[in-house]
Amino acid sequence: MSANNASDLHQVSDRLAHNAMRNVSERLIEGLLFAAAAVSVLTTVGIVYVLVSESFHFFQNVSIVDFLTDTQWTPLFDDAHYGIMVLISGTLVSSGVALLVAIPMGTIIAIYLSEFANSKVREVAKPVLELLGGIPTIVFGYFALLIVTPLLQKVFPDLPGFSLLSAGLVMGIMIVPYIASLSEDAMRAVPMSMREGSYAMGATKLYTAIHVVVPAAVSGLAASYILGISRAVGETMILAVAAGMQPNLTWNPMEPAATITSYIVQVALGDLPHGSIGYQTIFAAGLTLLLITLAFNIAGQWLRRRYREAY
Amino acid sequence: MQPMTTEQIRVLIARGKLKDTVFQALGIICLAIGLLVIFLLVGDMLLRGLDRLNLDFFTEFASRRASQSGILSAWVGTILVMFVTALAAVPLGVAAGIYLEEYAKRNWVTDIIEINITNLAAVPSIVYGLLSLGIFVYAFGLGQSILSAGLTLALLILPIVIVSTREAIRAIPAMIREGSMAVGATRWQTCRYHIIPYAMPGILTGVIIGLARAIGETAPIITIGALTFIAFLPPVPFTATGADGVSAGLFDWVMSPFTVMPIQIFNWTSRPDPAFEVNAAAAGFVLMGMVLSMNAIAIYLRYKMRKNIKW
Repeated sequence: MSANNASDLHQVSDRLAHNAMRNVSERLIEGLLFAAAAVSVLTTVGIVYVLVSESFHFFQNVSIVDFLTDTQWTPLFDDAHYGIMVLISGTLVSSGVALLVAIPMGTIIAIYLSEFANSKVREVAKPVLELLGGIPTIVFGYFALLIVTPLLQKVFPDLPGFSLLSAGLVMGIMIVPYIASLSEDAMRAVPMSMREGSYAMGATKLYTAIHVVVPAAVSGLAASYILGISRAVGETMILAVAAGMQPNLTWNPMEPAATITSYIVQVALGDLPHGSIGYQTIFAAGLTLLLITLAFNIAGQWLRRRYREAY
Repeated sequence: MQPMTTEQIRVLIARGKLKDTVFQALGIICLAIGLLVIFLLVGDMLLRGLDRLNLDFFTEFASRRASQSGILSAWVGTILVMFVTALAAVPLGVAAGIYLEEYAKRNWVTDIIEINITNLAAVPSIVYGLLSLGIFVYAFGLGQSILSAGLTLALLILPIVIVSTREAIRAIPAMIREGSMAVGATRWQTCRYHIIPYAMPGILTGVIIGLARAIGETAPIITIGALTFIAFLPPVPFTATGADGVSAGLFDWVMSPFTVMPIQIFNWTSRPDPAFEVNAAAAGFVLMGMVLSMNAIAIYLRYKMRKNIKW
């Protein structure tokens, strides 16, 4: 009996030891999984650290006032000027052209798919749109330079070989799927009862879509537009290929110009020594780009909260 | 107000219906423009590049003469970089997704991680290039290597992998977890033997979409300083690397300089000699083929998944 008891005890302690081991390894695994999730935070910290620390060196040599007000961007010349407005103007003009294409087209496609098209059309059209959004931007750059620019030159004979217009138009086509897909999701989330109420009053489909569904989905639409703006501002290769990479303070889309992103590519292609002021300019430009997209994202979140509809 | 006559009401209804039809046509036209762009793009590249699309094109290095240039170093580089990217992004992304869905308590730490992931998805890709130029290339001393490029793209697609992992896990009903834990499995055992296998198709879809995005990314790789002209391949493990007869180690290739398909295309489109446009078209067609087939696989997987799973 007593021997039996001892072996029982032994078994129990074995099981306890096993349990303790299990707890330790469970904890360990949880720690590892948490570390993986924390990588995203480290990435953000890394981005901010790299951009701010390199820009800090840059701003020790160049005053912020010059950076914001100078009208020339010639950091690689002997007579160096660092006026970021030159790059910002190119970025804003090309984004503006892109959004003039993408927002109307994306919204019309979204309204069509959510309110007019039958489910078969929708099932086919959405994946096809996603394919359009998946095309590599370098291929879109090729498209802008070698197909769209020659076509536009037939309409505007004065258009140079590189222009913000052609890059912006193609960028707009690239952004359409993002806006269409997100807007369609937002409009489909509007409850059927609201449409039925409108139809019952004798409204047509289009009237219901514009006066009932769109206002109800406005926060989702705004979010998709903001995403579109972020994409346009951050887009690089289409502009690097088709907009000419010439720093040029202009608000005219018919001219070639450099954007913040295409300038970074241009510098990265040369061999600037690590630590030189030319090398630091790309971080200052990158910080400006990040601040611009951040501002749009904050505005987007604010809009979403301001106009959120409760059904 | 005068009551309307039947005639007036009929006119009103007809006008409403006309507007509906016009809008429907507009929607179809907008969708067709998207489709047209894809066809124009693929068709133009195929027509221009058809002559170059033979076996030699895939087995020749880039050359100064357009007609002898090939994409050997580009496609090998692309595959190796994608390999590193997948190896880094899949475990990290899946682990982070599991942590956030299965382990995380609702507190400020998880809130920060979640807000971070949403914000990272909106950061322009070129900023990731700057991050990795500062951190991987210089701070960690990895140089302008396949490893640096793979890790950069892994960070870039991490939000996509995390989000799709979470969506796949969220679709698994709670009874699966309860059943597993009721028979004494720990949380990790539940994840390891139930959650991860059941979420696998969803995770795979996200990984493929992420990799398809990474394959077309040019800007961050140019930023870290990838070369645009390379006439050698990374060392094959355990083969002699030069005249001295030293064998390459198993992992020597990860530190090798490289080029990728989008950079090769960029290089060719930015040359003044139009003979290289033909090469750019042919390489663009190959790249489009890679990206579109990956997207098609992902869409097919998602479609099949939605049909098959019935809990």
